[in-house]
Amino acid sequence: MTKMSGAKALLESLDRQNVNVIFGILGGAILPVYDALCGHEKIRHILARHEQGAAHAAEGYARASGRVGVCMATSGPGATNLVTGIANAYMDSSPLIALTGQVPSSGVNTSYIIGKDAFQEADIIGITTPITKYNFQPRTVSEIPTIVNTAFYIASTGRPGPVLIDLPKNVQAETGEVEITDRIEPSGYKSMIEIDLSKISDAANLLAKAEKPLILSGGGVIISNASDELMQMSDLLMAPVATTFMGKGSFPEGHPLSVGSIGMHGNPAANRLMGEADVLLAVGTRFSDRATTNLDSFCANAKKIHIDIDEAEIGKNVEVDVPIVGDAKATLKLLLAALSNKLNKGEGNAWVKRVKEAKEQLSPLLKDRPKELLPKILLLELRKILPEKTVVTTEVGQNQMWSALYFQALKPRTFISSGGLGTMGFGFPAAIGAKVACPDRPVVDIAGDGSFIMTEQELACSVTEKIPVTVIVLNNSVLGMVAQWQRQLYNHRYMAVNLGKTPDFVKLAEAYGAQGLRATSIEEFQKAVKTALNSEVTTVIDVPIGSEQDVVPFVPPGCGLPQQRGDY
Amino acid sequence: MEAGKTKIISVLVENKPGVLYGVSNLFRRRNFNIESITVGRSEHEGIARMTITVNEDERTILQVVKQVAKLVDVFKVEELEAGNFVMRELALIKVNSPTPKERSDIINCVEVFRGRVIDVSTDSLTVEITGTPDKIDAFLNLMKTSGVIELARTGITALERGAKSIRIDE
Repeated sequence: MTKMSGAKALLESLDRQNVNVIFGILGGAILPVYDALCGHEKIRHILARHEQGAAHAAEGYARASGRVGVCMATSGPGATNLVTGIANAYMDSSPLIALTGQVPSSGVNTSYIIGKDAFQEADIIGITTPITKYNFQPRTVSEIPTIVNTAFYIASTGRPGPVLIDLPKNVQAETGEVEITDRIEPSGYKSMIEIDLSKISDAANLLAKAEKPLILSGGGVIISNASDELMQMSDLLMAPVATTFMGKGSFPEGHPLSVGSIGMHGNPAANRLMGEADVLLAVGTRFSDRATTNLDSFCANAKKIHIDIDEAEIGKNVEVDVPIVGDAKATLKLLLAALSNKLNKGEGNAWVKRVKEAKEQLSPLLKDRPKELLPKILLLELRKILPEKTVVTTEVGQNQMWSALYFQALKPRTFISSGGLGTMGFGFPAAIGAKVACPDRPVVDIAGDGSFIMTEQELACSVTEKIPVTVIVLNNSVLGMVAQWQRQLYNHRYMAVNLGKTPDFVKLAEAYGAQGLRATSIEEFQKAVKTALNSEVTTVIDVPIGSEQDVVPFVPPGCGLPQQRGDY
Repeated sequence: MEAGKTKIISVLVENKPGVLYGVSNLFRRRNFNIESITVGRSEHEGIARMTITVNEDERTILQVVKQVAKLVDVFKVEELEAGNFVMRELALIKVNSPTPKERSDIINCVEVFRGRVIDVSTDSLTVEITGTPDKIDAFLNLMKTSGVIELARTGITALERGAKSIRIDE
């Protein structure tokens, strides 16, 4: 036991969890923690310019590194500004710790305490209950270490997610007897469920008899670091691999058996083959509505095996034949072992031929429209320029779905996007966080003009903190995805989607001290990307594209994957 | 409440502030309806038992149970086995009784329902009835003519019959 302040106890506990970076913005109610951070040797604080940016950066850090990301804000508006980022991490199962200041839980000034509507008081515990795995509000200094340990444990195990610790100001400032321990008190939390071996055997039997097996790989495969096992499974079964949007990167998209991502804007080969498979092995996916589209025609001819660590995901959206609750990596290992003596498949089987044929028939049509840069050409080109290890983030909207369709992710944790919540403004701060996690690798945000402007202020953060990333703005001067819906589904009645020709993104970048470039041809684009990759300062590349380009193919609302429309 | 569809879920939770909010908020957010909820201490120190009555189909109940089980403060959650549990609800009912005749009619009813009169004033009687929700409904129906001034029902609390039990140390 040592006497120390709550703020010190917090930092010592974070240090014990190997935290070396916090993304945050300070304010009155978190000042004691910032005071303790002053001159701290092990923890770097990165000053975001808006708390939402801090939360997304922490998530980008987490998803690029596989570690827990930490963000921090003051009470009231600081805390509520984190909410979008916390909700994003919750939907995409990212391990995140959010630290918030809170007004005092007790004190001499009895109007400045919790529950009195004190200055900058918000009930962040109540607000974040539905969007966190758990949240804590320590009331004494001595409980801080156990709370921090438990928060990290909950955030990073099982199906990961955000955990919030709300720190009343008096608890940060007071001194108490503290023991820095590894103790956790996870209450009723269960991180692991024993895998049911009878289900492994059922799954192995189904797969051994399958003539057209198909693997659907979700974000859980990336979280669980199970890409090697997934590759072995595909090899063993000679099964094509489709991914969900969140699963992009879990299997190399250049591989002959990769068919791309499924969904509303899925790759045509993936969507088509989903309907032809006779056994589906779905791993680490929650069968979201954007992935499955209409459930009646979803993978309609297949027996379904579903592996997920979250028991509640099994049977939630799709009824399956063999449910297996378990970690993706551990379960795939067991399944590989169970299958290894059952299978003996040649490479030349009819299903593999069919996969090859579908991929050839349904590959992108490569014709540029005169005088107009096409995102698909740009993104196919971008893949050629970027090293394989590059971490790519995206914003949300057309830029994101074009990336899903045309930008091949080759490795896990190199494609980071807001899948579940669909948060515009996610990609740029997430890129900053990813760059902090992977300082030796290029980091590129594929952006749209509408999304980028939502968190564009983090240019100040990236420049002052010397975290160089590249932002490629596919600039169509409209909120493109909703404009596309208005065009296709609302009879061209455009409302509130026109953004005009403002800002000038080159000047905007320069105003922040970043590098601004503009590319109006493929050649200029190639050159600009290469310049950006070699730059020591963040670069924004403005790429004007036509404002009426659609993301196609597209599965209209209410239709199923086979009813995809439009040329790839 | 449709008798056939009523399902009862027993939940053992950490007995601390915010837990009831966490559980009830989950129901709201997931679009599950709560018919009634009762909370009180359980046989374990520091652990409360919630008894939640829901009116949903089997697939939804399965989702409810799985989602509730994920909450950190929940130690155990199970649906009570259909037909194999006992359940009770308590109601306090304040009834108009301005005349001695009405008063004695009400007291007769209370006796038939094995309730108790727990307060009397010049114009009203307060009755305590314990039983299944159906029994309380039936009693309330009889009180319609006199007029119910106030009604407070606890909602259902329930346990499984005999040796089967939902406990932490199972």
